[in-house]
Parts: sequence; C-alpha cells; structure tokens
Amino acid sequence: MATAQAPVLPLHMRRDRFDPPAEIAAIREQPGLGRVTTPIGRPAWLVTRYEDAREVLGDATRFSSAGLPVIPVPGAAPGEQRSGNLLMLDPPEHTRLRRLLTGEFTVKRIRRLQPRIAEIVDAQLDAMEQAGPPADLVPDFALPVPSLVICELLGVPYADRAEFHSRAAKQLDLTRPLEERGQVAMESRAYMGELVDRAFAEPGDDMLGMLVREHGDDLTRTELIGISSLLLIAGHETTANMLAIGTLALLRHPEQAAVVRDDPEATAPAVEELMRFLSVVHTGVPRVATADTEVAGQAVGAGDVLVVSLPAADRDRALVEDPDRLDVGRAASHHVAFGHGVHHCLGAPLARMEMATAFPALLRRFPTLAPAIPFEDVDFRSASVVHGLRSLPVTW
Amino acid sequence: MKIKADRDVCIGAGNCVLAAENVFDQDDDAIVVVLEESPQDEDAESARNAVGSCPSGALSIEET
Ligand code: HEM
Ligand code: SF4
Repeated sequence: MATAQAPVLPLHMRRDRFDPPAEIAAIREQPGLGRVTTPIGRPAWLVTRYEDAREVLGDATRFSSAGLPVIPVPGAAPGEQRSGNLLMLDPPEHTRLRRLLTGEFTVKRIRRLQPRIAEIVDAQLDAMEQAGPPADLVPDFALPVPSLVICELLGVPYADRAEFHSRAAKQLDLTRPLEERGQVAMESRAYMGELVDRAFAEPGDDMLGMLVREHGDDLTRTELIGISSLLLIAGHETTANMLAIGTLALLRHPEQAAVVRDDPEATAPAVEELMRFLSVVHTGVPRVATADTEVAGQAVGAGDVLVVSLPAADRDRALVEDPDRLDVGRAASHHVAFGHGVHHCLGAPLARMEMATAFPALLRRFPTLAPAIPFEDVDFRSASVVHGLRSLPVTW
Repeated sequence: MKIKADRDVCIGAGNCVLAAENVFDQDDDAIVVVLEESPQDEDAESARNAVGSCPSGALSIEET
C-alpha cells in the first residue's frame, strides 16, 4: 500500500504539540542566529530571541517584506500575485494601502461589531447544543465563527464557504508543491475578482462596497482583489485555529478554563496569554536584508533571508518569567504573536474581540466541556503556515 | 511624564487604546490621538504599558 511520505518540514515550521521544537529552544540559548532552509530551498538566518525578533520585524527599511520573489504561476500578469497583498509590500506602497484600511479596524469600530459577533457565537452554540454531544469543535465552532464574521464584514457570501475554506487550507498547506499553492492563490483571486466587479457595479454596505465607494479612484482592481483575498484568508484561518487550539490548551488546564468561564475581567489578559503561549503563526513573511548589517552580533549580508520564529520569541524569558507555562492570569500583552512593526496584524482588534467573545461563551454554555479523545490522539495540524488542529472531538 | 505620539509613524493597530483607554484614542483613520498628555497614577502605569505594546514605535515618554 502506498502511504504518503511525511514531508521534512523546515525547522521553523515544526511544533511539538503546543510548543516550539526543542531544537529551536536550543538555538535561542546560543549567541548569534540559527540557520534554516526555507521551503523554496534558500538558506536563511533564524531569529529566535524576543529582542532580536522585535528589531528585525520593527525595521522595514533594513528588512524588506517584498524581497523574496513569488513563484510565478502560468497566466498571472507580472506583479499580479503581489498586488494589494500588504504582507508582501514595503513602505511607501504598503503605507498607502494600509492607511485605506485601518479606519475599518479601529478599536471603536470593532466594539460596535461585538453584539453581532456574540449573536454569531450563540447561534453556533445553539446548533451544537441541539445536536448534542459529541461534537467536532473545528467544523462546528472554531471555523464557522470567524468565517461568518469576516464574510459579513467584507461582503463575501457565506454560502461559498466550502470552496474558500478548501482553497485557504490548500494555500497554507506546506506539503503541497509551491506551484500548486500559487495556482490555488490565483483561483482565490479569480473568485474575489467576481465579487469585486459586483461591488464596482453596485457597492453595498460592507467593506468591499466601502472601499469601492471611498477609494475606488485610489485603488486598482488588482489591488482591491489582493486586499480582499488577504482579508478573507487571514480573517478566518488564523482565528479559527486559535479558537480550536486555544480551547484545547484551556481544557488541559481546567482551573484556568474555570477562570475564563467565571470571571469576565479575566478574559482580555487570558486572550493575550493564549496568543503568546500558542503563537499560531510560525513566522511572518521571510524578511530580506536590504544592506549589509548585523543582528545579534551576527553579520548579515545584503540579500540574506531572515526568518523570525514567533513562538520562539514568545517563549523567551526576556518577555515573561517561566515562558513555557500557560498562565492566563499574567499580563503578556507585549507578545509578537500578531507580529511587530508596520506589518503588525491589521485584524488584531477584530481577532481579539472574536476570541474574547467566543472562549467564555463556549465554556459557559458547556461547563463540563472536555476532549472526547486522549490528548495523545489529538490531530495537530502540522505542516501549515498557521498552526492549529485538524479536528477536536469534544463532549459535555 | 509627558506622552508623545508620532502620527506619521503610527500604523493604527490600536494596542495603545486597549492598554490605556483614558490616555489614547484613534481618529477615523485609526491614527493615534493622545487624550491625556500627562497621565497620573494608574493611567500613567497603563500608558507605560501602551508604549511598550505599540508595534510601530510611534509612542514615547518624556520623563519630566
Ligand atoms: C488570532 C488571529 C490572528 C493571528 C495570530 C494573526 C497574526 C498575524 C501576523 C503574525 C501578522 C504579521 C505577518 C508578518 O509580519 O509578516 C499578521 C498580519 C496581518 N493580519 Fe493577522 N492575525 C490574526 C487575525 C487576523 C484577522 C481576523 C484579520 C482580518 C480581518 C487579519 C488580517 C491581517 C492582515 C491584513 C495582515 C497584514 C498586515 C500588513 O502587512 O500590514 N489577521 N497577522
Ligand atoms: S499602538 Fe502604536 S501604532 Fe497602534 S494605534 Fe497606538 S500609536 Fe498607533
């Protein structure tokens, strides 16, 4: 019988369940930088310490996010794959696009969404309760909540979810050839192209409509497609994985789950600590040095690639004491799980609001919630750009 | 203490508003607005926290 060969993942994309692998922790103890090979086979420096991570991510002049070539896909016009994708642009182009969007993600704007987010969460919990235990937390809760939220916000029909969920998962799946992932990314753009054209013809009240109405003259069609494709994928994949793996982490520490369930004041710090402890995004976009420089005393040449391990930086003793312990009671808001510098997560206020609504609501609805399988059997989603769980059978 | 915010550097992430609501706000484009330049007591503590959590380096404190 032919079995799929387990791919050898680059070190910076490996996990040991909740934790970064021991090899990465060992590199963090050594002076200088580590060495890894990126999925495209290029050697790169591995940044593991908190201060070094902030230095590299915080300096877009010395460390470019636009430096790596994209894998060309047949049929894509030059520059099309990067267009509008904030993650892969440098200032000043990055600044121009980002400023068009930030107004939609202010703390105030997101607070206004809270009641609607709570409704979405409750409807999902109602459905779980009616169906009765057991449930699979990933398809029944963790994935639909952020998907529904970003669909409504952006103006994407939720009925199309099966397709865009599957495309997003493929785009992030590190076991698939880069050409295939690039091809799927272009399919996502084609899908978004139809929605964008519809918005140009008849701009609605959603974010696509707003962007067309207010910035239709400042944005090209490809830029708008790039922006919305990024918002759709970043808007559901990341938060969905945090909700699933975050719930598992809480259930492994029942006394901490009880705090999140019973004390509303505890929610905000608990969300930050779960973000820090789990740091589900392994690394941001690899950075490329724009000139000869030095990081952590190590000479780095112009053109060198640097990969910043976010979980390694967030488990550095320089950030918190006893970093490998989950402690929802501590104040850990300076983590880099949302990145750092000009590319710091645009959706952070939304993601925080979704998590702060979803975790306590889930634990309150099912006070006896527990995994329905032994911890050893939990299907961690390794080999993806975003760490998480493939499924989480639960009972109550 | 005196809070300084560089509105050209700010990327509108809102970490400061979450950390110190009495001290910082965001305008309609999400760019930081300082509500209280010389916060006292608890607000001073939160403001320090906010400066540390700002991802763009837009915030600074001048001790007076
Ligand atoms: C728990 C959930 C989330 C996590 C862990 C997360 C993490 C991150 C990280 C680490 C980055 C920086 C990448 C880099 O520097 O290369 C980032 C950027 C970004 N995120 Fe998130 N994110 C989350 C939720 C969201 C949501 C809900 C949205 C959209 C609604 C979103 C939209 C974006 C966008 C547009 C960027 C690019 C910003 C830029 O390059 O200027 N994210 N996110
Ligand atoms: S935390 Fe920094 S970047 Fe974010 S809004 Fe406040 S000042 Fe601007």
